[in-house]
Amino acid sequence: MKEFKILAVIVTLVGITYYGIEPYAHHVMHPEVAPADFSFKTLKNVDTTLAGNVENGKVLVEANCIACHAIDAAGYPQMMPNADAAASYGVVPPDLSSAGRIYDKNYLANFIYDPVTAMHLEGKYTPESGKAFPMPAYNWMSPQEIMDIVTYLQSVTPKVTEGKEANKATFEAACGRCHDMKYAGIQATTPKDNLKAYMGATPPDLSQYIKSRGEHYLHSFINDPQVLLHGTSMPRVGLTEKAQEEVIAYMETIGDSKKAERETLGLWVMLYTLIFAILAWLWKRKIWSEVH
Amino acid sequence: MAEFKKADSMLEWFDQRLGVVNFVKVMMTEYWIPKNINFLWAMGVLLTVLFTFLIVSGIFLLMYYKPDVNMAFDSVNYTIMQEVAYGWLFRHIHAVGASVVFLVIYVHMFTGIYYGSYKKGREMIWVSGMLLFVLFSAEGFSGYMLPWGQMSYWAAYVITEIFGGIPFIGDELVVWIRGNFYVSDSTLTRFFMLHVLLIPLAILGAIVFHFYALRFPHVNNEEGEFFDFDEEAEKYLAGNKKESKVVPFWPVFLSKDFFVLGFFMLFFFYLVFFHYNFAMDPVNFDKADGLKTPAHIYPEWYFLWSYEVLRGFFFEIAGVSGKDLGLIAFGIANAIFFVMPWLDRSPMVKPANQRPYFKYWFWFLMADLIVLTVYGKLPPTGANAWVGFASSMTFLVLFAALPFITKAEAKKVGGK
Repeated sequence: MKEFKILAVIVTLVGITYYGIEPYAHHVMHPEVAPADFSFKTLKNVDTTLAGNVENGKVLVEANCIACHAIDAAGYPQMMPNADAAASYGVVPPDLSSAGRIYDKNYLANFIYDPVTAMHLEGKYTPESGKAFPMPAYNWMSPQEIMDIVTYLQSVTPKVTEGKEANKATFEAACGRCHDMKYAGIQATTPKDNLKAYMGATPPDLSQYIKSRGEHYLHSFINDPQVLLHGTSMPRVGLTEKAQEEVIAYMETIGDSKKAERETLGLWVMLYTLIFAILAWLWKRKIWSEVH
Repeated sequence: MAEFKKADSMLEWFDQRLGVVNFVKVMMTEYWIPKNINFLWAMGVLLTVLFTFLIVSGIFLLMYYKPDVNMAFDSVNYTIMQEVAYGWLFRHIHAVGASVVFLVIYVHMFTGIYYGSYKKGREMIWVSGMLLFVLFSAEGFSGYMLPWGQMSYWAAYVITEIFGGIPFIGDELVVWIRGNFYVSDSTLTRFFMLHVLLIPLAILGAIVFHFYALRFPHVNNEEGEFFDFDEEAEKYLAGNKKESKVVPFWPVFLSKDFFVLGFFMLFFFYLVFFHYNFAMDPVNFDKADGLKTPAHIYPEWYFLWSYEVLRGFFFEIAGVSGKDLGLIAFGIANAIFFVMPWLDRSPMVKPANQRPYFKYWFWFLMADLIVLTVYGKLPPTGANAWVGFASSMTFLVLFAALPFITKAEAKKVGGK
C-alpha cells in the first residue's frame, strides 16, 4: 500500500511537470487559431450557384487562359520551357489540368475574378510595393462567364484513382511549382533564383514538414497561411479539404514513411514487455516469500 | 607459478584461473542489501539498463550518422529514419532513452535527498552520483547537437554563449569551445567526439566508482536504520532469512528490480513508439539555419530548471548586470547539490517526513523546481519573468537556509 502511495506522489509530480512543459507551454506558445475554412466564405464576388456552360467556357479559356497556362489534359501544351516561363512571369504558371479537381469551386471562381484577394496577399501586392501579380484580375467578366470557365475546367480534369499516386499528383500540382521535396526527389519546377526574387526568400523543402509542423498545424496553415504566419508571401492556394488531405497524406508518406511499421511493432514490443513484467512479478513473489 | 591441478569441471577450470566462484559471491550472492526498501531502490538498476539501451542504440546510430554540417541532418532524418532497417527504432530508443534517463536520475537523486542517503559515511556515493549527473548533462547536451536541426543549433549557440560571461577569458573561451567564432562544422565535429568517446568513457568510469563507493557504507534503507551488515548476513546464511535485515543482491534484490523494470519498460516503450515528441522536438526537424532564429528557444526539459535560474535575473541589482547575476546563480545551481552532505547539518538519517523541519524544506524544493521547470519553458515575458525571478531567488534562499534549518532541527531532536 505504501508503495502505491509513493508511486502516486511521483506520478502526480511528474504529471504536473509534464502538463506544464508540454500541453500548457504549447498552448501558450501556439495559441489556437480560427478553424480552417474550406468553403472560403469570405470570398463572394462571384455567384457560384450559377450553372456554367462548358462550351462557352472552352471558348473563354482559349481566348483568355492558354496564352500563359498549359492544360495538358485538354490538349493545350505548355508554351515554353519552365526556365523561360519563370523568367517571363516570375514563377512557372500552373498547368490547369487538375484545377477543377483540387481547387474549391468558390475559390477558383473568385481567384479568376481577383487573384490577389483570393490568395490573401493584399499585404504583398500593395500599390506602394510596385509589385503586381503576374495574372491580371478578370473582374470585367460577368459572373456567368467566370462560372462557364470554372465548369469547363471541372469538365476536363482527369479522374484519378485514390492512393499514393493521386496524392503525389495533388502535391505536385498544388505545391511543386515553388517547393522542393528532397526526400521524394521532387524539385520545384521554378528555378531557385527566380523563386527567390519572386517570393522574397527561397521556399522551404517540405521533406520533413509533417514532422516539424505536424498535421494539426499544416491543416490550418495550408488552408490560409496568413492566419499562422502573418505577412508570409505564401499564397492561400484554395485547396478543397480532400485535396489538402491528399497533400498532407503525401507529406506523411515521404516524411514519416515508417509510421505504420512503428505502430505495429510498438504493440508487439509492449505485449512482450507486459509478459516479461508479469513473469518478473511472479518470480519476485516467489523469491520474496522466502524472506518476508 | 602456482601449481594447477587438473580441473574436474568447466566451472573449476575458470575458478582456478579467474576466481569466479568468489567473484560471484562478492558481486552477487553475498553482496548484501537491506530488506526494508521500496521500489525507489530499483532506480539504480533502471538507470543501468537505460544506459545500456543508450549505448547499444548509440552504436547502431553511429554506423550511419555523419558528423558534418552538410550531411548530419539528412543522415539522421533520411538515412537512419527512413532507409536503414529499424534505424528509426534505434533513434527513437536513443532520443526517448536520453530523456527518460534524466527522469529516473531525478527520481534517484531526490530519493537520496528524501531518505538522507548522502550523509554519515555515504558522502562519496552522493558526490560520485552528482558527478554522473553532470556527465550525463554534458552527454545529453552534446548529443542534442548532432541531428543538426534548428533546436540543436540554437541551443548550442545559447549554451556555449553562456561561457562568454566568465570574467576576463569569456570571449576567448567561447571561441575555444566552438572552434570557431560561431557554431559551425568544427563545433559539430568536436561535440560528436565528446558525445561518442570522451564523455561515455568518463561516465563508465564514474559508474564503476559510484558502485564501488556503495560497498563500504552500504545501501541505505527506508527507515535510515543503522545495523551491522556482517551480523545480519550471518543470520541470512544460517538460514534465518525472515529474521535477517538483509537480502543478497542476487537473486532477491534483483528479482524485485526486474519486476519494477518490467513495468517501467512498458511505460518506456509506450513513449518510444507512441509518444515521443517531448523528447524529439518538432522544431528540430527543421535543418539548422544560423540566419533564422526560432520564435522560442528552450533546452531539453531536464535543463529547464537551471536554465530558468540563469534567466530569472533579468535586471541590474547593485550595479551587477542581470546577465552576470544569472550566470552566478546558474553556476551555484549546478554546483550546490554536490555539497548537500555538508549543508545538511543534522545528523539524522531518516526519511524527510520523520524530520521536523527538513520535511518542509524538501517539499518546498520540489515545488520550486517544478515551477522553475515549467517557467523555464514559457516565454519570459511580463508576469512570467517575475515568477522566474521569484522562483530563482527561492531556490538560492532554500539552499542558503538549509544549514540553519538543519542545525535547528538537530538541536530540537537532541542529536538523535
